[in-house]
Amino acid sequence: MSMIEFHNVNKWYGDFHVLKDINESVESGEVLVICGPSGSGKSTLIRCVNRLEEYQKGHILIEGRDLHGDDVNVNELRSEIGIVFQQFNLYPHLSVLKNITLAPIKVRKTPKKDAEEMAMQLLERVGIHSQATKYPAELSGGQQQRVAIARALAMKPKIMLFDEPTSALDPEMINEVLNVMKDLAREGMTMLCVTHEMGFAREVADRVVFMDFGEILEQAPPDEFFRNPKHERTKLFLKEIL
Amino acid sequence: MNYQFNWKLVLTGEYGQWILQGLWITLEISFVSIVLSMLLGTIIAVFRLSRVKPLVWFSATFTEFFRNTPLLVQIFFWYFGSYAILPDAVNKWLYKQDFEFAAGVISLTVYTSAFIAEEIRSGIFSIPKNQLEASRACGLSFLQAMSFVVLPQAFRIIIPPLISQFLNVIKNSSLVMTIGVMDLTYMARQIESYTFHGFEAFTVSTLIYLVISLIVSLLVNQYNKHFLRFIPH
Ligand SMILES: Nc1ncnc2c1ncn2[C@@H]1O[C@H](COP(=O)(O)OP(=O)(O)O)[C@@H](O)[C@H]1O
Ligand SMILES: [Mg+2]
Repeated sequence: MSMIEFHNVNKWYGDFHVLKDINESVESGEVLVICGPSGSGKSTLIRCVNRLEEYQKGHILIEGRDLHGDDVNVNELRSEIGIVFQQFNLYPHLSVLKNITLAPIKVRKTPKKDAEEMAMQLLERVGIHSQATKYPAELSGGQQQRVAIARALAMKPKIMLFDEPTSALDPEMINEVLNVMKDLAREGMTMLCVTHEMGFAREVADRVVFMDFGEILEQAPPDEFFRNPKHERTKLFLKEIL
Repeated sequence: MNYQFNWKLVLTGEYGQWILQGLWITLEISFVSIVLSMLLGTIIAVFRLSRVKPLVWFSATFTEFFRNTPLLVQIFFWYFGSYAILPDAVNKWLYKQDFEFAAGVISLTVYTSAFIAEEIRSGIFSIPKNQLEASRACGLSFLQAMSFVVLPQAFRIIIPPLISQFLNVIKNSSLVMTIGVMDLTYMARQIESYTFHGFEAFTVSTLIYLVISLIVSLLVNQYNKHFLRFIPH
């Protein structure tokens, strides 16, 4: 059984067909990099996986269970799928530590002390445990994004979604975030990453998917994808970003 | 000019007592009106944010109407005109109470709640949608996300403008002297007509309003420094 399966997923914004017949499956531990021009539907696609977006046709299964099945509790489902946004979206009124412990305490009912201990371990893992008492606005972009990753990991998710996690960062901070993501990938996390960091894709992706106009045009292991893109539009896109 | 200043006259003895009594009434009517207008303002704001059309229209009309007509006219309306539309039982009850005070509270409350409703509404709107989204994405329910993420941020932003509304209530309350509420301004006017020392009487009452406002503003500035540092607004 695959971790995530997309079956004929279609989504419209009014008349605008934003996702067209998406069929794909992602195995447990697999790292998928999704790339494509701006507006092609990448964010929309991964946001469907934790139901931040609704789709009108087709099915998405997580470990065989339909996302929209009657037995699915949306809050429980989301707590098992972490997401990291382009703009970090940390809670500005809470300290770094509280940003991380909020959901474990409120959703999982983890005792405060345990949640804090776990948060400190996660901060250590992403390399910023000395900043625990600071507020998000006191951190650099790269540090904020690493806190956002720790916040998502605090729920012990089965799947991590990344929506252009390094696009809002100054160039010198991109690597600190990518390194955390690479570690995660090597530890066997199932990851869907929308990113144009092709170095990252080459190093840790199992497959690269190219989207355009709401469709998956082609997908292949990174070596093949970069060496031998099949579609004209993929070649054009690669020429532009590499 | 041979005006003899006599500060002692208005600061001590019976006239000093009047000033204190007036100050007490000013504080009392302001406090009651502030509490009630917070309640009414919150209700109006919730109506406006709800998706129920009639409630939205009601609250929109309410805010536009009371914000955009003069407070003095509203005070006269409640004092001289309201008996025509209120039920008899309410009128009877009101006349047994301190009717001037009640009319003053009603007009200040209704007027101020229109402004407070707008502050609350814009405070909630000013929190970026991505905050709700990020918290829902971690598995928080809508109510949890509102209570732990959106509202705490909204309140930190709203508190300073709310407090300046409270200050407005204190200042605006001076208008209720026109319907006979014996507040600070009324008493100053009274002292003037008994003693012809209007300059001293109104200087003292003006300074009292000023001191109250300055103290509150000072507290708000401290608040801003400590709590608003980290919140983009
Ligand atoms: N809420 C919305 N309403 C209407 N159109 C939208 C909405 N969100 C996104 N879109 C459109 O859907 C398309 C895909 O958006 P998105 O998934 O964000 O693209 P990408 O992440 O690949 O840049 C874009 O053309 C965008 O304008
Ligand atoms: Mg996007």
